[in-house]
Amino acid sequence: MTARLSADGLTLFRGERLLFQGLSFALNPGELLLLEGQNGSGKTSLMRAIAGLIEFEDGDVMWDGRPVRLNRPSFYGSLVWMQHRVGFKADLTLVENLRFESHLRAQSDEDFDQVLDRLSISRLKRLPIRSLSAGQQRRVALARMLLSKVPLWLMDEPFTNLDRQGRQLVMDVTTEHLDRGGMCIMAAHQDVDIGGNVTKIVLQ
Amino acid sequence: MTNEDSSVGLMSGVLGVARRDLLLAWKRPGDILNPLFFFAMVAALFPLAVGPSPEQLQFSGPAVMWVAALLAMLLSLNSLFLSDFEDGSLDQMLTSPVPLSALALGKTLAHWLTSGLPLVVVAPVVAVTFQMPFFVTGYLMLTLLLGTISLSLLGSVGAALTVGLHRGTALLSLLILPLAMPILIFGARTVSLVAAGDGAAGGLYFLAAYAVLTLSFAPFATAAALRISNE
Repeated sequence: MTARLSADGLTLFRGERLLFQGLSFALNPGELLLLEGQNGSGKTSLMRAIAGLIEFEDGDVMWDGRPVRLNRPSFYGSLVWMQHRVGFKADLTLVENLRFESHLRAQSDEDFDQVLDRLSISRLKRLPIRSLSAGQQRRVALARMLLSKVPLWLMDEPFTNLDRQGRQLVMDVTTEHLDRGGMCIMAAHQDVDIGGNVTKIVLQ
Repeated sequence: MTNEDSSVGLMSGVLGVARRDLLLAWKRPGDILNPLFFFAMVAALFPLAVGPSPEQLQFSGPAVMWVAALLAMLLSLNSLFLSDFEDGSLDQMLTSPVPLSALALGKTLAHWLTSGLPLVVVAPVVAVTFQMPFFVTGYLMLTLLLGTISLSLLGSVGAALTVGLHRGTALLSLLILPLAMPILIFGARTVSLVAAGDGAAGGLYFLAAYAVLTLSFAPFATAAALRISNE
């Protein structure tokens, strides 16, 4: 049986530098793919390339057995991602930003207010994103993931700027997502304590 | 768990993005007012420099106002995709199941509503300083209406191509201006002809055709350019 998300023989250059060569992985429902490596080792580039924003020199990422680059809408309908730049409009409020997400991807049945409560950001609802701290903005980005109805989560350094409780929250919601049959690709240099099916890729 | 993208639609994408950008413009009115102010200043200062002769003013009015409108549009284009690029929302839009061309069209729509349409609305006020007859002003507004639609659409392609570059403004102008020349020529000339008592139909048909042409290719070109620029 082919994996839902798989890759074979990936090679990626950034400028003149070879980041990795012949990288392969497979990801099935309930599994976590953990990307590890030092700063500058290409974790973010790999993740952006998986999301189709930069092109691999060689090799293909396959979603349901078909190359992603030939099948973008179906793949993009299945993923949501959290990256270093959170992708919110600084001048719009938290609610306005999250409501806009419904125009970009399918929304889950999770209750909006409950999600905000759980992430302890409901009292920030009417504030513009500009006035939130970096950690609070991360929590809003986490809310975006919880409110999306997609199986694949891409998380680039999800623990950055978060306090201890926030880091635990990230691990909890990710574990729940995996338990529901979701998939997750996470780049992190901290220790990640997520049970279950974890595959590690260490970038040199 | 379902995985297909059935619940997000094309139209919802276009209108959602347009609505968000209008809301942003509402919260930051300076971004709209700057180009508008530029347009009004150029067009209002010109008669002071030329002198009060009505013949001269009526003769140069359409040309000056059209040039000022074109430059004001260029001024507003640079920021079209810049903030999306910088804050990461562009990445979010690029990885949405909604076709990128639809999202780009939504952004262009909001851009026209906040940059093109205001020019059309203030044009009659500025036209007074050129002693433009009433019916000529009507034609000026009509040509500006059609012309700014094309300019917004053409501009979105240029803005998408230069979004990743630092100080891409000069390059953006160089890219856009050759394609914008027909709009300027037909726009200004049509108004002049009306003022001289000739028919305007030909010029208006051309401007309308140009708007339809840009509308049919620009969203796709913008989407392709955004993917390249964001690499």
